[in-house]
Amino acid sequence: MPNNNNKIYDKNKIVIGIVIFLIISLFPIWYNHFKNVPAPDPLLTEKAKIAKECVLPKVLMKTEHMQLLNSWRDSVVRDGKRLYTNSQGKVFDMSLSNGCLDCHSNKKDFCDRCHNYASVRPYCFDCHIDNPKEKK
Amino acid sequence: MEESRRSFLKIAGIAAFGLSAIPAIDIFASESSKKAPAPAPDFSLTENSKALSAKRWGMVIDTRKFKSEKDLEHIMSVCHSIHNVPNMTNKRHEIKWIWSEEYPHAFVGDENEYLSEKLAHTPIIVLCNHCQNPPCVRACPTQATFKRQSDGIVMMDMHRCIGCRFCIAACPYGARSFNFRDPRPFISKTNLEYPTRMKGVVEKCTFCVERLAIGKIPACVEASNGAIIFGDLENPDSEIRKLLKNNFTIRRKQHLGTGPSVYYIV
Repeated sequence: MPNNNNKIYDKNKIVIGIVIFLIISLFPIWYNHFKNVPAPDPLLTEKAKIAKECVLPKVLMKTEHMQLLNSWRDSVVRDGKRLYTNSQGKVFDMSLSNGCLDCHSNKKDFCDRCHNYASVRPYCFDCHIDNPKEKK
Repeated sequence: MEESRRSFLKIAGIAAFGLSAIPAIDIFASESSKKAPAPAPDFSLTENSKALSAKRWGMVIDTRKFKSEKDLEHIMSVCHSIHNVPNMTNKRHEIKWIWSEEYPHAFVGDENEYLSEKLAHTPIIVLCNHCQNPPCVRACPTQATFKRQSDGIVMMDMHRCIGCRFCIAACPYGARSFNFRDPRPFISKTNLEYPTRMKGVVEKCTFCVERLAIGKIPACVEASNGAIIFGDLENPDSEIRKLLKNNFTIRRKQHLGTGPSVYYIV
């Protein structure tokens, strides 16, 4: 039987080491915890303000626009159905560049504000032109 | 020591038993969340009423109406400019949807040793043949390229393309191009109404689906001054079928069994 006296050798060094390790490994948590970042406020264009309501009610657009766009792209590319009629009977052309971004022509102040806040990087704009209004 | 090992095994056993209850807990949890379903969306997805439709789109190209390379240049540039096809400086990175080919290259296997003077100098405009039995579709591992059942157009879903280039290897016509580089810097004037592509995807002619959807004929047909005729191959009364009835036509590499939908009057 080994001598069971519960002694930790170099106790001080070990404890200090553990504390330093925890501080470094939990850096993202404590660093952001005390930083007060205000929720982003996406800017609406005049055209969007006049239209008042988007394809879906605002709450749903906020949370579900990605699913909506995903289903739109499948519908357009796969099934060739390009028109979307919403519950109010309004018809929309299912196109990111020519539909969504026609109204929300300010990608920097609308899309990017929330996307940057949430740290999401959608690759939609790698192909879809982000400002179709910008006529040369 | 004997004691602690025994207790350790006991605790481990109980913990494992506890973990096995997770699926059951999940079921109960999902049942309780089902009580508040998301508001059912009521919407409908439809086609544009002006959209052109056919059982199988096809093309007849009257090569007799093309005298020189110059007649083709206009058609090619119209297509490439509205679809944001980049003009790559390096030939190995070239992207092309519609291009010009010499007769012996366009109709491999059908060229005679002594070609007529006229054929030897006629440029042949070539593009994706939108085959009835497309080998590219069979080769695609992600179904990014597919044959649209409604009208037989062989399409690309750029969102799904993983850039494996199997389709390029499978296509006997070289109709597909790969974006080895980001194409955006090589587009001289971007058509803002059409998306560009990104690095790492394959692209090709789409028979202008985006134009058909709003009731326009393909851009090359419009720009050809009647040298290219577009129509429904399955409709016996269509203009294209009448042309096929009255003229001798050939198709590219039809012995391969792909069933090209682009016919040539030579």
